[in-house]
Amino acid sequence: MSVDATLSFEEAMEKYDPVLGFEVHVELNTKTKMFSSAPNVFGDEPNTNVNEVDLGMPGVLPVVNKTAVESSIKIGLALNCKIAETCRFARKNYFYPDTPKNFQTSQYDEPIAYDGYLDIELEDGTVFRVEIERAHMEEDAGKLTHMGGAAGRIQGADYSLVDYNRSGVPLVEIVTKPIEGAGSRAPELAKAYVAAVREIVKNLGVSDAKMERGNVRCDANVSLRPHGRERFGIRSETKNVNSLRAVEHAVRYEIQRHAAVLDSGEPVIQETRHWHEDTRSTTSGRPKSDADDYRYFPEPDLVPVVASREWVEELRATLPEPPAERRKRLKEAWGYSDLEFRDVVNAGVMDSIEETIAAGASADVARKWWMGEIVGRAKVADVDPSELGVTPQVIVELNKLVEDGKINNKMATQVLDGVLAGEGTPAEIVEKRGLAVVSDDGPLLEAIDAALAAQPDVAEKIRGGKVQAIGAIVGGVMKATRGQADAGRVRELILEKLGVQG
Amino acid sequence: MAAINRDDVAHLARLAHIEMSAEELDRMAVELAVIVDSVKSVSEAAGEDVPATSHPIPLTNVFREDVVGHTFTAEQALSGAPDAFENRFKVPAILDED
Repeated sequence: MSVDATLSFEEAMEKYDPVLGFEVHVELNTKTKMFSSAPNVFGDEPNTNVNEVDLGMPGVLPVVNKTAVESSIKIGLALNCKIAETCRFARKNYFYPDTPKNFQTSQYDEPIAYDGYLDIELEDGTVFRVEIERAHMEEDAGKLTHMGGAAGRIQGADYSLVDYNRSGVPLVEIVTKPIEGAGSRAPELAKAYVAAVREIVKNLGVSDAKMERGNVRCDANVSLRPHGRERFGIRSETKNVNSLRAVEHAVRYEIQRHAAVLDSGEPVIQETRHWHEDTRSTTSGRPKSDADDYRYFPEPDLVPVVASREWVEELRATLPEPPAERRKRLKEAWGYSDLEFRDVVNAGVMDSIEETIAAGASADVARKWWMGEIVGRAKVADVDPSELGVTPQVIVELNKLVEDGKINNKMATQVLDGVLAGEGTPAEIVEKRGLAVVSDDGPLLEAIDAALAAQPDVAEKIRGGKVQAIGAIVGGVMKATRGQADAGRVRELILEKLGVQG
Repeated sequence: MAAINRDDVAHLARLAHIEMSAEELDRMAVELAVIVDSVKSVSEAAGEDVPATSHPIPLTNVFREDVVGHTFTAEQALSGAPDAFENRFKVPAILDED
């Protein structure tokens, strides 16, 4: 495997202007497959979620999954697309063992959704509009495992094993128009675009949207042209770039590789590239050839899909608030700074904070608990903060205990630990652990007398007006009460006792 | 003038994984040319007001509810496979595709 030459990203950017394009495949989370009633489930025993339709047996008839069509329309609407009044399925013909029928049922010249756009917000707040060419319905292929040869790589494999459980899983393929003008932000935009699509389909509830399971898969097209030239350069298509970080890296790498090819005076070869996470580089797949003559024709076994305007509007009415708009709304409502809000989003606790506020906490209290206490504990436990076991009610209850002066902040974190250890509700834990702040003045006064007696010089200073010296006495009282006194109340009592105005 | 020639037939045969002899290619080029010409006459007969017909019956929206139906066991699924390994179909490695 030869290593391709690359230019530095900076040099590539000085000389060339990148043009991007993406094909993102989204697996829908319907209960059954696109054209068969076999279950759509990930991770089951091989070849058990299949029936005669998925195996492409002779004489079988596919039937379209209505929910999959509705999910596809929802995706189209969320991508600001037009929804076709009528559209058909088509056969894409090719021979490969992942497709037992020898064709993939897809859509060709009549996608269900077309002409949309998505506004992508980059990290610094710049909004970049990505135009959507189309979103069409199709089916996933079976999963091949290449055996023998070099560690599962197709090169040098002796044979392949096929599991058709994934065969026929409903897919929506989202295709962008050529994306121009991203310049040096192309890699960042690539990542942000795929992240936005993933977020949208997850928010719609139409896909599990787990990239590590292949629910969302990205093919990234990259070409370069000299600055100022209108005509596009020759593109490469990097297949199956299946994490957000990989999308960014693959686009960056391909820009650097293309730049080196163009600098050497050679033309870029139009071909498929394979992404390798280990070396963070791509290798040549196969060039475009006759085999890409898929001879599409209308699928005779499936009748056209007609999306009446009433049906489309019914579906539009079910769409949730778009994620980007929701974030904007919540940030304003909560009054967080840009930085605070970004931290909340990155920590994955925006939903939890929203629920906590809905349960009665203030925005600041909710953020203090989630960001200050729970995120750190979740990291230690290696789970999502929302899965740690802290409910919004726990936080509201903890906060009320603090506000009522029953416990102090330090105790509250101990109570939280108690909740996580399954010891009961916050109130029960305060009781069981004997954590209540000593608020009965009797024991406090005794402790104050003792502290004053132990440090007569300090007591004298306070009497003389040096109120800041009070810390030493408060400290003595807190020590004597093992931290269970309300420090504020202790201070008041000391001042009262010594007849000094705070 | 026929819209299909011998090279087209050879190309299609390769795409369809059909091995054809030189004689078969010659004969099929002629036969397919006749068929293509016949289709062309139909196209000429249909005016611009006649939409292309992919389905003879005016049916639309034949849907299935998203309810799980029957499946095969792995044994049933593999019963017709020429070769299998660990409940999966075993196929020759194909290198010229991804």
